[in-house]
Amino acid sequence: MTETLLFDAALIALILGVTVWTLAVRDTIAAVIGFVVWGLLIAFAWVRLAAVDIALTEVAIGSGVTGMLLLRAGAQARKFDAPVKPVNRTTSIIAGALCGVVFVVLAAVVLLATGPGPTLAPQVAESLPLTGLGNPVTAVLLAYRAFDTLLEKVVLMLALLGVWSVAADRAWGRPPELWTASRRDGVLRFFAQVLAPVGIVFAIYTFWAGADVPGGAFQASAVLAAIWLIVVMAGLARLPATGSPALRLSLVAGAAIFLVVGIAGVHIAGAFLAYPPDFAKALIIAIEAGMVWSVAATLALLVAGPPQAGERR
Amino acid sequence: MSTAALFGLCSAALIALGLYGLMTHPHPLRKILASNLLSSGVFLFFGVIANRGAGNGFAGDPVPHAMVITGIVVAFSATALAVALVLRLYEVSGTADLGVETPRPDKEAAPR
Repeated sequence: MTETLLFDAALIALILGVTVWTLAVRDTIAAVIGFVVWGLLIAFAWVRLAAVDIALTEVAIGSGVTGMLLLRAGAQARKFDAPVKPVNRTTSIIAGALCGVVFVVLAAVVLLATGPGPTLAPQVAESLPLTGLGNPVTAVLLAYRAFDTLLEKVVLMLALLGVWSVAADRAWGRPPELWTASRRDGVLRFFAQVLAPVGIVFAIYTFWAGADVPGGAFQASAVLAAIWLIVVMAGLARLPATGSPALRLSLVAGAAIFLVVGIAGVHIAGAFLAYPPDFAKALIIAIEAGMVWSVAATLALLVAGPPQAGERR
Repeated sequence: MSTAALFGLCSAALIALGLYGLMTHPHPLRKILASNLLSSGVFLFFGVIANRGAGNGFAGDPVPHAMVITGIVVAFSATALAVALVLRLYEVSGTADLGVETPRPDKEAAPR
């Protein structure tokens, strides 16, 4: 018992240390790398809290894909390295005091809470057999709170629309530009060739296994998105034009399949987004498959940024 | 002290540190980074609460777990949008300072 507490305390010390370093370090790129390391440590915290599904999502999206996005942003921002005016001392002191109060209140909530918390676990356990799934988190995402997950697809699409809409007018419909390796025989190219098939198989496994054990559509999409970006950066493929109909169809396919199944549920099972018990698992897998495809494309394009006009530098 | 309580304190500290970074860092990209630390702290806090709802053979309440997964993806979307806006601001105004005057719209057509 004490050993595990010792491990937890060491992990927390490490997390807080990296947090402070990430916030305090001068260089933005160094801060982003600190953030990626931090995400991996937080994933350990999630494993300690017995939330392996979240740990996988945090590693793949919170740390991996977000880290990649921020690295690109940091590198691009270097070109505009004008000094920014730091906030004055009084502001920092007031902010520090406010944050101290926030910490004390939240710590009190954690320490003073007694007894078992409110829980929906019994309801989930009761209706889990109806979905044919074994992983309660996937069941919550795709069955009990399917509406949330559907709207989340829409949020992802809206975010991508927002990113695209900051492009210059003449760049609209063109492909985004990603940093690519200049050497044709480089290590990255070899790495991408070896990694891509393994990664694709791993993503399909994560998606398939997610029905019964930790894993699922989001984690699989993040892996696929990362593979796609690595292949593009190695110079083995190009990003499609943002105006291409095939790409746009890919982006909306996930939400569209979800909606079609949802509306069909009104007639077959009596409610929007309800599944007939006999086909529940098959339908959930179908929705998830569409989702993996669309979410992977959306994540990768969110990292790649707005379309570029082409004749840059 | 239990594992959950330790991580609860950790998440409280993360929320406070992230908030402090968000308020005091002048650089917009660093603000985005700090807000990511803040949001992960909030997720962890939620996870600690989910841990108290363990039962029926589950190690934690699966409903908040699913909501955190949704939250991580939405936080990423928000980050991507914020990054796009900041980079566009750089391109148009040539500065990272959020305090400067907004450039005139006629500069927008030719960023370089």
